[in-house]
Amino acid sequence: MTAAGTAIGAVAEARTVPGALGVALRARRAEGAKLLVPYVTGGLSDDWTDVVAAVVAGGADAVEVGIPFSDPVMDGPTIQEASVRALDRGTTPASVLAELARVDAGVPLVAMTYYNLAFRMGDLRFARSLAAAGVAGAILPDLPLEESLAWEAQAAEAGVETVLLAAPVTPPDRLATIARRSRGFVYGVSRMGITGERASLAASAAVMARRLKAVTDTPVLIGFGISTPAQAVEVCAEADGVVVASALLRELLDGGGPQAAAEFVGRMRAALDAG
Amino acid sequence: MVEPGPDGRFGDFGGRFVPEALVPACLELEEAFRTAWADPAFRGELDALLRDYAGRPSPLTEAVNLSERLGVRVLLKRDELNHTGSHKINNVLGQALLSRRMGKRRLVAETGAGQHGVATATAAALFSFDCVIYMGAVDVERQALNVFRMNLLGAEVRPVATGSRTLKDAVNEAMRDWVSSVETTHFCLGSVMGPHPYPWMVRELQRVIGREAAEQCRRMLDGGLPDVVVACVGGGSNAAGIFAGFVDAPVRLVGVQPEGGAAIGRGVPGVVHGSASMLLQDEHGQVLEASSISAGLDYPGVGPEHAHLGAEGRAEYPSVTDAEVLEAFALLARTEGIIPALEPAHALAWVVREAGRSIPKGATVVVNLCGRGDKDVAQVATLLAEHAPPS
Repeated sequence: MTAAGTAIGAVAEARTVPGALGVALRARRAEGAKLLVPYVTGGLSDDWTDVVAAVVAGGADAVEVGIPFSDPVMDGPTIQEASVRALDRGTTPASVLAELARVDAGVPLVAMTYYNLAFRMGDLRFARSLAAAGVAGAILPDLPLEESLAWEAQAAEAGVETVLLAAPVTPPDRLATIARRSRGFVYGVSRMGITGERASLAASAAVMARRLKAVTDTPVLIGFGISTPAQAVEVCAEADGVVVASALLRELLDGGGPQAAAEFVGRMRAALDAG
Repeated sequence: MVEPGPDGRFGDFGGRFVPEALVPACLELEEAFRTAWADPAFRGELDALLRDYAGRPSPLTEAVNLSERLGVRVLLKRDELNHTGSHKINNVLGQALLSRRMGKRRLVAETGAGQHGVATATAAALFSFDCVIYMGAVDVERQALNVFRMNLLGAEVRPVATGSRTLKDAVNEAMRDWVSSVETTHFCLGSVMGPHPYPWMVRELQRVIGREAAEQCRRMLDGGLPDVVVACVGGGSNAAGIFAGFVDAPVRLVGVQPEGGAAIGRGVPGVVHGSASMLLQDEHGQVLEASSISAGLDYPGVGPEHAHLGAEGRAEYPSVTDAEVLEAFALLARTEGIIPALEPAHALAWVVREAGRSIPKGATVVVNLCGRGDKDVAQVATLLAEHAPPS
């Protein structure tokens, strides 16, 4: 092992507490808060780590950081555009993690990317590099139950919680398995489709939240198409919280910086706190 | 070439790397195909369509002039004579029947050269299905004739302007559509790629090429076998189909890749579009853009069973240059009066290069001529002018 590799391993052990994501989200839920997890594409701009800090200041309970991939098949036009912009800036998994390691977010960080980036580096090495950067959890939407066992074991070994996704078409037995194996939180997909802003909330969002809440005590967060504070409040009548991605990224792509991001998340936070 | 295990693996390759939202549809499709494939009524209906609509069996033609020229005996499996002009119709008719069986009356598909898009649009017209074809914006431009054909057949062609704007991005966009419409829509994937059961199912639907060719060889070669079977490989469906007829026999199997898209050889293992296979990618795992004069082979990955056959050493996957392809394209036209598509011109180019070298003089070679060149002539006219030696 190289000196750098040894250092990464040592940092991983020192900085990662098993279950940091789940522990933090459960604690917030116990306080009566609804959970708010904004998504920021890593490497989107020079000041992207300031955006991460800003959404925390705005009231995020955890931050999902996208590691851009060339072929994001679960993502709609907004996140695709953000991914392309980040990749065109020369962003790599290593650069995102190196920059993230310098951020003291104060809330858990969750990496979201596609499996090939982990596969290319090797599952354990990738998981350890996440942990070394202070990332507590990982979401890999193209790894369904049958394919994710090996990854989940390696991630757990590195102290990274793997968040699994459930979809509206997931049958009851699979849903229970997903809820049982998911760590940190369980991610309910609000509707059949890809990520992206929506004018109205799909009826399937509430159904998804209810179904998951019925089978697990793990925090249930709903994402895909949660664009406005009103939608977030509506979903949180059933769910423990929401993931907000495209609507926030749209602000950033249209020229908004850390301040705009903080305000966007602040509006969501205020609405959720007001219930 | 047998059925993969329940996890869809061919050795280290294959699998089902799809979002949870698509898992139930993949499981439903696997079950539907398994049941249909064992059902004599389904097989009978498909066979009748292949015979009476698509024009099968396709002939195995002795390429007398080319053989004399090369010093090896070349037999051409004429799948370019199928209705719609390529082998793609074999797969599409099967999937359309299956889609009807599953009660899904909308097809989405990706296309590169447009051959698979045309075949899918054709089947959709025949079955009165709605049809949306995703095609990279670059390919829409270089295959304008096929775009027009798809429109004539009643399909909607959606140009894909993201990424490399070729086949890879068309697959991404078709998958995004499918995630959003899976309850009413069948993804009519055109090659032996994607999540399980596609690589297995598409190979089985293309197996008819190999079954016919093996039978035709028995008759033409007095019960004997060819020495070599050659096909081009992008995703690799025509190669999988013809290899399936010879894989258990002592026959050399060769899948010819474009030099700018040689996933086996220049790629490393990766996961994209639903399966693990060999993949052109950078050191971080970002998928690279392939580059080939042939839109149908312009793909950075390859079907997982080919990756497996390559790893096992059962088949070999060399590559040829664009210049070699153009030469072979013109050679077949002049010697045999057959204008091949640029895709099978890759297979021919390898035979031309290797005749008398790794293919011994007098050996018998079956080439899968999987598509005709009508769609390519305008592009080739430009390219030949560029490649012409100064006069």
